[in-house]
Amino acid sequence: MTAPVQTPAPVTDRAQAERLDFGRPTRVLRSRRGRFSARLDVRAAVVTLVLVLLAAAVGVVALGVGDYAVAVPDVLRALTGEASDVVRMVVVEWRLPRVLLAILLGGALGMSGAIFQSLTRNPLGSPDIIGFNTGAYTGALVVILVLGGSYGAVAAGAMIGGLTTAGIVYLLAYKNGVQGFRLIIVGIAISAMLASVNTWLILKAELSRAMAAATWGAGSLNGLSWTQVLPVVLILAVLVPPLFLLGRRMNVLEMGDDAAQALGVRSERTRLSLVVVGVALTALVTAAAGPIAFISLAAPQLARRLTRGATVGLASSAAMGAALLAASDLVAQRAFAPTQLPVGVVTVSIGGCYLVWLLAREARRQ
Amino acid sequence: MTATTHPVTTTPAEADAPAASPAVGQGAPPQAAPAAPGEPRLRAEGLSIGYHERIVSQGLDVAIPDRSFTVIVGPNACGKSTLLRALSRLLTPSAGQVVLDGKTITSYKAKEVARRLGLLPQTSIAPDGITVADLVARGRYPHQKLLRQWSRDDEDAVVRALAATQVTPLSARPVDELSGGQRQRVWVSMVLAQETELLLLDEPTTFLDIAHQIELLELFGDLNREGRTLVAVLHDLNHACRYATHLVAMKDGAVVAQGAPGEIVTAELVEEVFGLRCTIIDDPVTGTPLVIPLGRRG
Repeated sequence: MTAPVQTPAPVTDRAQAERLDFGRPTRVLRSRRGRFSARLDVRAAVVTLVLVLLAAAVGVVALGVGDYAVAVPDVLRALTGEASDVVRMVVVEWRLPRVLLAILLGGALGMSGAIFQSLTRNPLGSPDIIGFNTGAYTGALVVILVLGGSYGAVAAGAMIGGLTTAGIVYLLAYKNGVQGFRLIIVGIAISAMLASVNTWLILKAELSRAMAAATWGAGSLNGLSWTQVLPVVLILAVLVPPLFLLGRRMNVLEMGDDAAQALGVRSERTRLSLVVVGVALTALVTAAAGPIAFISLAAPQLARRLTRGATVGLASSAAMGAALLAASDLVAQRAFAPTQLPVGVVTVSIGGCYLVWLLAREARRQ
Repeated sequence: MTATTHPVTTTPAEADAPAASPAVGQGAPPQAAPAAPGEPRLRAEGLSIGYHERIVSQGLDVAIPDRSFTVIVGPNACGKSTLLRALSRLLTPSAGQVVLDGKTITSYKAKEVARRLGLLPQTSIAPDGITVADLVARGRYPHQKLLRQWSRDDEDAVVRALAATQVTPLSARPVDELSGGQRQRVWVSMVLAQETELLLLDEPTTFLDIAHQIELLELFGDLNREGRTLVAVLHDLNHACRYATHLVAMKDGAVVAQGAPGEIVTAELVEEVFGLRCTIIDDPVTGTPLVIPLGRRG
């Protein structure tokens, strides 16, 4: 390594990058005038790219399989509008919205999980810890069992239930700002209470409605169509750009509140913004498909194992979430065909295996 | 507590005050324009601070001399760390204000303060497995923009900060594999990468063995001689006497004495502030005051 350079000679970017050893492959990108510059972690970028391609590949497979099988070349032709009307109908009208939603919602869950794991500095952090999903289920149950609502009404009920619960947990955990650990403890307590309420509601209900409620509670992409794709895309377009602006502050916040404030990050305001975006992302998924469990818990940590990064990354978590949910939904559709499983059943199974692995690993480490 | 209670002097943000732009130069530490000749860049005016209902300090006036190595000493719970937290706007005073470069510190944008004033907090968390260079690079956050996330200035500052704290050979190593002394130097390196002329250090030597304490204090001395203003909270009175150019002695939330260690440190002062009977001799190495406790034998 070189000594401090008093008058840096005009050197190329590659030579500049070599002056500093980050301990990982790093590329420095700079425009000629220096108005744009960025530091790229090569491994994280490659992992993210591979996961995106994987999600797309799973999507193409999912578009082809089913009662009316379509070969991969025909799927691609249908996507570019060159296939026959029947094939186009099956692939684009019937199957594409579901595949797109699996990828988009999986990505949303991955980002949401990354936010909460970063905020709590805990690999078990997820939007569930602030009681969102349990509260959303309570809201949906009330609508299904008491009011007997439509798809839209159930989604609205879930929203109200989830947001109210998240708000209550945040306020109860608030004491001169919110610390990650208090958030987890309060979240667990409120979730446990609401879970009993949910069980009681289902037990009181008549059988057919209880079955419908339980199906919603598992989280499923069955029967989703283009009607649901546009609102999801619009909401993501609103949420994701600000999230990536917040992402750098999120990394600084991981060093503790004092260190973050010293570097010019208003920690409480940043934390609240991140909680709002994280809850909104989960809320979007719950409204569209019900509470799909475990993707937000597992995706950020699995992605982190692959990138070998110090912290969870938003982009890699999103890509991992998309690939996981797309693959889970393919399994849910085909494993017991023609019976369609709710995708939540598959993600719970995957998540269970992941939790066992994580706990075994942590136990060995200690 | 001090007897006098100062009136609340929260001046409104002076919008037209000259904005001293920190020129982040190549090589030398940044030279920010002083607010006015003779007026220290950082001072507390009539500061009342506390946690919840408990008031730690009331009507505190402290000025940090420019280019000094100011050390705040005092017994446990005397309010020295609280004062440092208020000076670095980690704590909002209930009355009074902290003035930075002629303006009340709360009127600045958070990043703007971070470009003028660096802080080494008592506890910081290094994310699992983060490498030294990556952590030190985070000190550049207040200088970075959305489209300019890793400029040449950023890189030069990190290279210099790593070298100044002699952690360049460790730059690719994960922080959690380092020893306590190395880790603390890495954190100092991160604050140096921030390239601020003012540097606040909250108990920087706690939990280090004696050799690493001295090594770190020597580094702070060097930084001070290079032109930076340092404010540190230290526990060891003898370290404070040796390295400080300006000493602030606090007791019960009030400043009891301040000035050059050689001028203010007497047996009477130490007894008043710490309740410790002692004798003061000249440090055989530096000539600064050396506090020898008498204990029961004296």
